[in-house]
Amino acid sequence: MACVLEAPLRMSVLSEVTASSRHYVDRLFDPDPQKVLQGVIDMKNAVIGNNKQKANLIVLGAVPRLLYLLQQETSSTELRTECAVVLGSLAMGTENNVKSLLDCHIIPALLQGLLSPDLKFIEACLRCLRTIFTSPVTPEELLYTDATVIPHLMALLSRSRYTQEYICQIFSHCCKLRHWHSCGFKSSPQPLLCANGPDHQTILFNHGAVQNIAHLLVSTSYKVQMQALKCFSVLAFENPQVSMTLVNVLVDGELLPQIFVKMLQRDKPIEMQLTSAKCLTYMCRAGAIRTDDNCIVLKTLPCLVRMCSKERLLEERVEGAETLAYLIETDVELQRIASITDHLIAMLADYFKYPSSVSAITDIKRLDHDLKHAHELRQAAFKLYASLGANDEDIRKKIIETENMMDRIVNGLSESSIKVRLAAVRCLHSLSRSVQQLRTSFQDHAVWKPLMKVLQNAPDEILVVASSTLCNLLLEFSPSKEPILESGAVELLCSLTQSENLALRVNGIWALMNMAFQAEQKIKSDILRGLSTEQLFQLLSDSDVNVLMKTLGLLRNLLSTRPHIDHIMSSHGKQIMQAVTLILEGEHNIEVKEQTLCILANIADGTTAKELIMTNDDILQKIKYYMSHSNAKLQLAAMFCISNLVWNEEEGSQERQDKLRDMGIVDILHKLSQSSDPNLCDKAKTALQQYLA
Amino acid sequence: MIWIQVEHYKQKKSNIRNIPVSDSPGATRRGYMWQYILCKKAPHSPLPGFHHQASTIASTAMPPSHRSHVPFMVYDFCICCILSPLLCLVFCGEECCLGRLTGHGKTPKDAASVRATHPIPAACGIYYFEVKIVSKGRDGYMGIGLSAQGVNMNRLPGWDKHSYGYHGDDGHSFCSSGTGQPYGPTFTTGDVIGCCVNLINNTCFYTKNGHSLGIAFTDLPPNLYPTVGLQTPGEVVDANFGQHPFVFDIEDYMREWRTKIQAQIDRFPIGDREGEWQTMIQKMVSSYLVHHGYCATAEAFARSTDQTVLEELASIKNRQRIQKLVLAGRMGEAIETTQQLYPSLLERNPNLLFALKVRQFIEMVNGTDSEVRCLGGHSPKSQDSYPVSPRSFSSPSMSPSHGMNIHSLATSKGSSTHFSGYESSCSNGVISNKAHQSYCHSKHQSTSLNVPELNNINVSRSQQANSYSSNDVDMETEHYSNGVAETSSNGFLNEVDSSQLRRQLCGGSQAAIERMIHFGRELQAMSEQLRRECGKNTANKKMLKDAFSLLAYSDPWSSPVGNQLDPIQREPVCSVLNSAILETHNLPKQPPLALAMGQASQCLGLMARSGIGSCAFATVEDYLH
Repeated sequence: MACVLEAPLRMSVLSEVTASSRHYVDRLFDPDPQKVLQGVIDMKNAVIGNNKQKANLIVLGAVPRLLYLLQQETSSTELRTECAVVLGSLAMGTENNVKSLLDCHIIPALLQGLLSPDLKFIEACLRCLRTIFTSPVTPEELLYTDATVIPHLMALLSRSRYTQEYICQIFSHCCKLRHWHSCGFKSSPQPLLCANGPDHQTILFNHGAVQNIAHLLVSTSYKVQMQALKCFSVLAFENPQVSMTLVNVLVDGELLPQIFVKMLQRDKPIEMQLTSAKCLTYMCRAGAIRTDDNCIVLKTLPCLVRMCSKERLLEERVEGAETLAYLIETDVELQRIASITDHLIAMLADYFKYPSSVSAITDIKRLDHDLKHAHELRQAAFKLYASLGANDEDIRKKIIETENMMDRIVNGLSESSIKVRLAAVRCLHSLSRSVQQLRTSFQDHAVWKPLMKVLQNAPDEILVVASSTLCNLLLEFSPSKEPILESGAVELLCSLTQSENLALRVNGIWALMNMAFQAEQKIKSDILRGLSTEQLFQLLSDSDVNVLMKTLGLLRNLLSTRPHIDHIMSSHGKQIMQAVTLILEGEHNIEVKEQTLCILANIADGTTAKELIMTNDDILQKIKYYMSHSNAKLQLAAMFCISNLVWNEEEGSQERQDKLRDMGIVDILHKLSQSSDPNLCDKAKTALQQYLA
Repeated sequence: MIWIQVEHYKQKKSNIRNIPVSDSPGATRRGYMWQYILCKKAPHSPLPGFHHQASTIASTAMPPSHRSHVPFMVYDFCICCILSPLLCLVFCGEECCLGRLTGHGKTPKDAASVRATHPIPAACGIYYFEVKIVSKGRDGYMGIGLSAQGVNMNRLPGWDKHSYGYHGDDGHSFCSSGTGQPYGPTFTTGDVIGCCVNLINNTCFYTKNGHSLGIAFTDLPPNLYPTVGLQTPGEVVDANFGQHPFVFDIEDYMREWRTKIQAQIDRFPIGDREGEWQTMIQKMVSSYLVHHGYCATAEAFARSTDQTVLEELASIKNRQRIQKLVLAGRMGEAIETTQQLYPSLLERNPNLLFALKVRQFIEMVNGTDSEVRCLGGHSPKSQDSYPVSPRSFSSPSMSPSHGMNIHSLATSKGSSTHFSGYESSCSNGVISNKAHQSYCHSKHQSTSLNVPELNNINVSRSQQANSYSSNDVDMETEHYSNGVAETSSNGFLNEVDSSQLRRQLCGGSQAAIERMIHFGRELQAMSEQLRRECGKNTANKKMLKDAFSLLAYSDPWSSPVGNQLDPIQREPVCSVLNSAILETHNLPKQPPLALAMGQASQCLGLMARSGIGSCAFATVEDYLH
């Protein structure tokens, strides 16, 4: 003990205050238990609301002694309770206090204390645990290390309104998803589950959290109600299992959604309205409530829109907008309703007006407050705009017509805050789905410039959305296509295809595919050069079918128009033929094989490239095989190949026709010309005609 | 060509019933009707296709004053009412919808509007109505909104001064201007458009299919009428003033405002000097206790709050004694005691003495007055005497069921009010709220809320209506929900059943009857003397006449004037006497608490009259639990 006390004493410049703190600590070591108790009580009164005193006591080593007294079986219950109260008080201070407490292993000690039969002591321990677990510095895992803790907490839920309040609060803070974003845009397919074992939601659910907490929603204590509500919002988030259970739970003869709807009423406290709206939103998104259910359309959505209004606090506006963005993200009807409700689109424009010029003048405190929330407000507004404009062209138009909207997005793209940048890109992505906007406002504001900038050295989460946006901007009708190419997009996209992140690989190759569509020779060779054949093969053997499909799509776009085909095949012919063989031999789905056969057909359309097929008996056998395949799509694709090969106006067609006849292709063509499929039949007849001519 | 909608309604085989017309409390929910517009041109003759089947009827559906102007036609199960050359109403069962008649509708001149029969009362706080677009007709140039009286009805709402509208074709809002502002989505067949006027902040917003579209107008003037305008042929709309459930959850919106206003009241800044507020409250409580003579409680309260009681304890006890006697119906003793304790009081107040004597006469008829009771031989307790303490004052939270009991009794007797002077002072709180009624000009208006009212706060309004109808007051039908409506009578415990069982004149004794008649003669003489000395007094005259009328019936209790015998009627007398005694001590004749309550009620009434909507969500009762 001595060394613990000595070291900090020497280091810190001690004032008289510390001397008096010292006195409090000394009293904890008094041999008379009665005096120790009095000492703890005095300490309790001294630390309340006094952060300096708290820090002093921690430095002076009060914590280990208090924990010792708390754990000591010989201590009276009263003393143990007072110790827990003082520890709780210390935890209320700064984050550093909490860290010090955690370093002293306070959590196991307090959890142990919960086994006591004395309710007052249990409540004091829980209060302290609550304070510690609600601190951002506490790892949630600490609650789950001992498997007996959760069942014991569930059992304690019935003891008193205080245990109810604290336990619910602990649960709602210790049930974090391993998500990069707390509010819930699931844009990257990252795993929901924790690395080791089931996630917190499942643990709590399996221990009967829903049944144990549901009846607390109708508690007479507002605090208990609120904590229970918060608990459900955390449990239901992106969890279909919990959400499906919640919709069917009855409390006092009422279904939970009905209880949530009651809590949405406008005379209820804002916090309650907002949290119950969250619960309903999460249940809806998890598929437990239909999006056209009245409780969503007529209750939850309007409530969330109200939360975005100017009358609400900045925090509430942020949370309201984020939740609403999540609610309407995938449902066009909800997007339409939200877009007409209470002038939401215009209301969101206000989110960009912080800190306002007024707040700067009136008082510095207000300015500070505004500054702190300005980023949050902007990113929330961008997110909601992104959701609103996700599907409906009219809404997108309305958003873009909002005052300075494009400028705001452009500014948002270069903000220092990652959150704002991400949300701005998201918003841009949503708006880029509009052909009209791509041609007009996107061009007017040269959106591609900041977008290309965002793509440099950005974190993956931004890259994913930004590259999707780029895909849209590279569509052949987009006027931005040219300048983007000139600013080195090929290189950038090619590097994306090498990313570890699947979504980035897909977006990269997708953008390249769009870029190659009806492109000029130079771009095509740039792409091929940038990508390198090794990388191309790498992509063709990618485990993800999406990447494979887009890569084949890219090849197909590259291999169009005869001069291009011959040019590319003359330089990369060998590798491409190899790749094609590989895919046709591999275990792939129909779409992949069809795409590959289409590439072959394109190759067969070249002048010199034809020979690569004709000299490759292996490939010819494969084409023959697919002509008699059970799938009509593959048959048709193979037929394209044949028809290109036997086309008699071209040089050397006679030899090719002979060779193919020798292989028995003509017999198959005759058979196919009797086919019931009109497409196949037509194609076979056209091919046969080439022989006759 | 025009009556497409009639075909639709024909299929509904419902009977023609009255369309609700009243604009009673909660005007947001009860029926309003489109007003018939007097047009310069003669109304169109019934339409060709209908002529042979149509017959003009005097409809019960329209207010009498409008009947003569309106040609009605019956067609199958529908009634059509031509409002103007351009508009018609179609009634079918409880449905009523508005349709656009002929005309090409190409120019704004073809527009025509109707407005509701009554303006939106400020006292309703929040007003809401919905309009269903049954058919958008040719072009759907429909406007829904508000307009003041005198605005040209041949235009869509919003185009003219003091007129506001939301138009279906472009979704724009028109605020007294020919050019609209982009506001909301367009609307068309099948949509339900709602219009909500908030009279607290004078704004208006619309709803579409239950979704709020946001504020459309601010700074609205008072006294606007719900208005709908149609321009192109075939446009049919159906208005809902609350006769059907609304699509939009207006109740929820009202809840929010109720909470807001109550929070405003709760957080009203009170005296900033420390303890001042508390001391004032304590003084009010203490003075209330003293006023009603709760000496022990008053003493204990004063002790624990360090206050001094202005009146001497003995004096309080004396008043209490007199009050007990009055409330027990022992008027003779009460008068005697008063004369003993306050010798000059009744001499200086001959009118009060007269009123007390009239009450004594009534109590004689009732058989409760001490002078007849000793002759009658009843045991004192068997009559409807009061319990030991003045129960009516025992607690302001007298159980409501109690009040109801008394009330049903009072109304079943169905007699007119006799103590009209007292009556009106007693019911001041009520009357003052009916701004438009003659009653409020009565000379007693300045008298504030009287004591017994405290006791009856829980009696529901429906009973209040009953009790009023039994009074000789020319009541109008309207009751605004916001008013601090109070019942005029008091509820307290009495042994109603026993008194009904053994109701005999003067308790049944012959000697008592003779005594009563003798007393009546004295009273008559006193009345004449009073008239000579103080001049004519109609209140006194009526009082005496009503009291004597009791003898005209074999069973006075069930006679039209029988309610005088009700023990409730002792309370006004008791209160007036108490006030008179207090005045001689230079003490206020009203306790400050009652005064404050009366002022609050008056204030709410004034707010209602001045168009301050927030009064709709605050009542004095809310704070009396």
